[in-house]
Amino acid sequence: MDNVLAFGAASAEAGKVDAVFVLITVIGGFFFLLTQGLLIFFAVRYRRRTPGVDNETPAITGNHLLEFLWILIPSVVVLVIFYYGWRVYADMRTPRAGATEVYVTGSQWMWEVKYPDGRTAINEVRVPRGKPVKFLLTASDVIHGFYLPDFRVKMDAIPGRLTTLWVQPDRPGKYPIYCTVYCGDGHSNMNAQLVVMDPDEYAEWARGGDEKGKEDEPLPKRGERLVNKAGCLNCHAISGKEKIGPNLQGVFGSKVPLEDGKSVTADEEYLRESLVDPGAKIVKGYPNVMPTYKTSMKPGEVQAIVEYMKTLK
Amino acid sequence: MSAEAAVAGAGGGKGYLAERGWRSWAFTLDHKRIGVMYLCTTIAFFLLGGVFALLLRLELLSPQARYFSNHTYNVFFTLHGAMMIFLFIIPAIPSGLGNFFIPLHLGARDVAFPRLNLASFWIFAAGFLVILGSLVAPMDTGWTFYTPYSAKTKAAVTTLSLGVFLIGMSSILTGLNFIVTIHKMRAPGMTWHRMPLFLWSMYATSIIQVVATPVVGVTFLLLAAERVLGVGFFDPAKGGDPVLFQHFFWFYSHPVVYVMILPAMGIISEVIPVFSRKPIFGYKAIAYSSLAIAFLGFLVWAHHMFTSGMSPLANAIFSFMTFFVAVPTAVKVFNWIATLYKGSITFESPMLYSLTFIFLFIIGGLTGPFLGALATNVQLHDTYFVVAHFHYTMMGGTVMGFFAGLHYWFPKMTGRMLNEKVARVAWALVFLGFNVTFFTMFIVGVRGMPRRYAEYLPKFHTENVVSTIGSAIMAAGILVMVWNFVQGLRNGAKAGANPWRSLTLEWRAASPPETENFHEIPQVDDWPYGYGTRGTGKEGR
Repeated sequence: MDNVLAFGAASAEAGKVDAVFVLITVIGGFFFLLTQGLLIFFAVRYRRRTPGVDNETPAITGNHLLEFLWILIPSVVVLVIFYYGWRVYADMRTPRAGATEVYVTGSQWMWEVKYPDGRTAINEVRVPRGKPVKFLLTASDVIHGFYLPDFRVKMDAIPGRLTTLWVQPDRPGKYPIYCTVYCGDGHSNMNAQLVVMDPDEYAEWARGGDEKGKEDEPLPKRGERLVNKAGCLNCHAISGKEKIGPNLQGVFGSKVPLEDGKSVTADEEYLRESLVDPGAKIVKGYPNVMPTYKTSMKPGEVQAIVEYMKTLK
Repeated sequence: MSAEAAVAGAGGGKGYLAERGWRSWAFTLDHKRIGVMYLCTTIAFFLLGGVFALLLRLELLSPQARYFSNHTYNVFFTLHGAMMIFLFIIPAIPSGLGNFFIPLHLGARDVAFPRLNLASFWIFAAGFLVILGSLVAPMDTGWTFYTPYSAKTKAAVTTLSLGVFLIGMSSILTGLNFIVTIHKMRAPGMTWHRMPLFLWSMYATSIIQVVATPVVGVTFLLLAAERVLGVGFFDPAKGGDPVLFQHFFWFYSHPVVYVMILPAMGIISEVIPVFSRKPIFGYKAIAYSSLAIAFLGFLVWAHHMFTSGMSPLANAIFSFMTFFVAVPTAVKVFNWIATLYKGSITFESPMLYSLTFIFLFIIGGLTGPFLGALATNVQLHDTYFVVAHFHYTMMGGTVMGFFAGLHYWFPKMTGRMLNEKVARVAWALVFLGFNVTFFTMFIVGVRGMPRRYAEYLPKFHTENVVSTIGSAIMAAGILVMVWNFVQGLRNGAKAGANPWRSLTLEWRAASPPETENFHEIPQVDDWPYGYGTRGTGKEGR
């Protein structure tokens, strides 16, 4: 069981959130047993014994001391819970100095990642272990929610605003990122991941990017890798059942009907244009929701994807 | 019948159901008939909303889209939410049971403004027709209409929000009517502190309806202006703010959860003393806690928005206020449990559902602090934990209270008794199915599964299958209950005026009551909870 409370907390701060969870569970558990216990005990103990004949019942109508106590005690208890929840939250909201900054933009339906040094990625954030990371979130179309369950944090990504979120990952590993604000047909497919790397590995990767040394890879193979990495398959199927966007199987060379009634033959230029300017020619029957890959993909990468798509027959 | 008829003073009068023909319903000014029309409509939407819920659960049997596309799934959860909230749970108890029983509880012949009451119903009917009309391009925004998504989607958002606008107007008029009725039409001798607690809860409910509902009406007009005229209230590109919509929306939609729960709490406060044969414990505490909830409920709306980028200070203030709604709610629960102490308890179906209400509402209530506390809210917000929490309060609470009320008042409304054995089978299935369906959602929520997901990761599969099995059990229970209602209407044993030996005034009228309820307006000289065989039941109030 991953990610159950107090298991798999991926940072010290997440552990504190779990401690609040445990505290509320213990207090809630106590009141659960008390109230349900009395409810069931009274219902059984004071049930009518003889059918048709009421037990003798006292005409008790209230008790001022009891009313006072059961206003006072819950008030104190909720104050304690409020205070503890707020303290831990306040720490969670105050970023530590020296954080690595990462810009993340939510769009229907993917996360675009930009590092201050110019690196970009889609649906994958890489960070070094043991150093605070500050996410600067925004959205290009509708509100999205950036949720890192293993770190017990989430923050909405809102068009026209920059919201922030920080974590300090302690352990290397891959952690899921989900979208939690409903954003349309691809909402549940907007999955990404946070990759926490050992500092050395991270430095190595940051210098060259994971595309380094792969320039002489055969284009279709490289394209396949990119298609998997860039979130294309969240919306496009390459076999089987249709997803949100057009199925990519057999697209190359086919006649594609367009929204404006015309049609176009899907040649290399059409595929390239659809990647960097998806709104230029809309396929009939599909929503115009695909974000552009103009800034996040280099020309060589686009060529690789076009070559890969030619192999999808 | 003769002894009860004498009590009722109802010698030769005809029941309110005697007149036939559609005109006798469509143009009726009788609060009871209007109440019945509301009840039939809202129950129909409850069943329809339930069918959407079952389709959602069916799809979630598989982690990948199997029966429906993602879009269809999104439409289903939007319609499930919108119908359950706007067409069932908000109007069902206030406009349905409230219309029927407020005048009877008061010892009055009708509400203060019978024509306005009929107008409310027809505005409501216009509202649900418009909402059904929106099905030509069914909504896919979720029942929360969050912008900018709701401003951009091609679905019929404007139509649906117009429908909700009309429903809201009907809700305001009904609330206004009830406030005036409770102020002006109490029977001679019925002081405020001799009113049944159902009236106190309906009074608090009506205040919220009148004060909060206009805000949602205005919000939907702004949304319509954005969609139709292109005004950018919520569009950052035009200087607007999408989060502003959330503030407007929850300024109504949080208080309105108390419009949903308070009337049910009123029903529980009536049923528990009758079936315990004991006075209600802490009458004033229960009565005034309703008003406290109605007041505090206006100050907590932004606890739905702790991750929307509000400042930590604003979040802290809203979290603090939120915890104080818990106190008057807890006070009610303690008082109900104390009423059982040394009672003479019987377990007819109204009491079974009332005890179930308390049991499930405690779970719903105790899972609230996880969401009220900021640290854990950030983790659990928008996961299935929230879905579980509000179904425990809204379905485990309000709907169980509604079922308690339907079983309690069925003899009064129809003049016939229900089959208790069948009612218990239905109850057992609903209770079991409910917990299997929704308790599982707490677990999958803590494990991090976000809500409104048409597809999910395979690691959440087991919980989703269990939850779907639970929903099927619950559906079977509700079918048995509906069947029992139909059988009761057709073949139920004749009910006397007061089968439950209750002291509130509606039981002095005949079953079913005559058109103007009472031959003579009753004189009230005591509160309605003087049960108990020792003592007078007057001390310490």
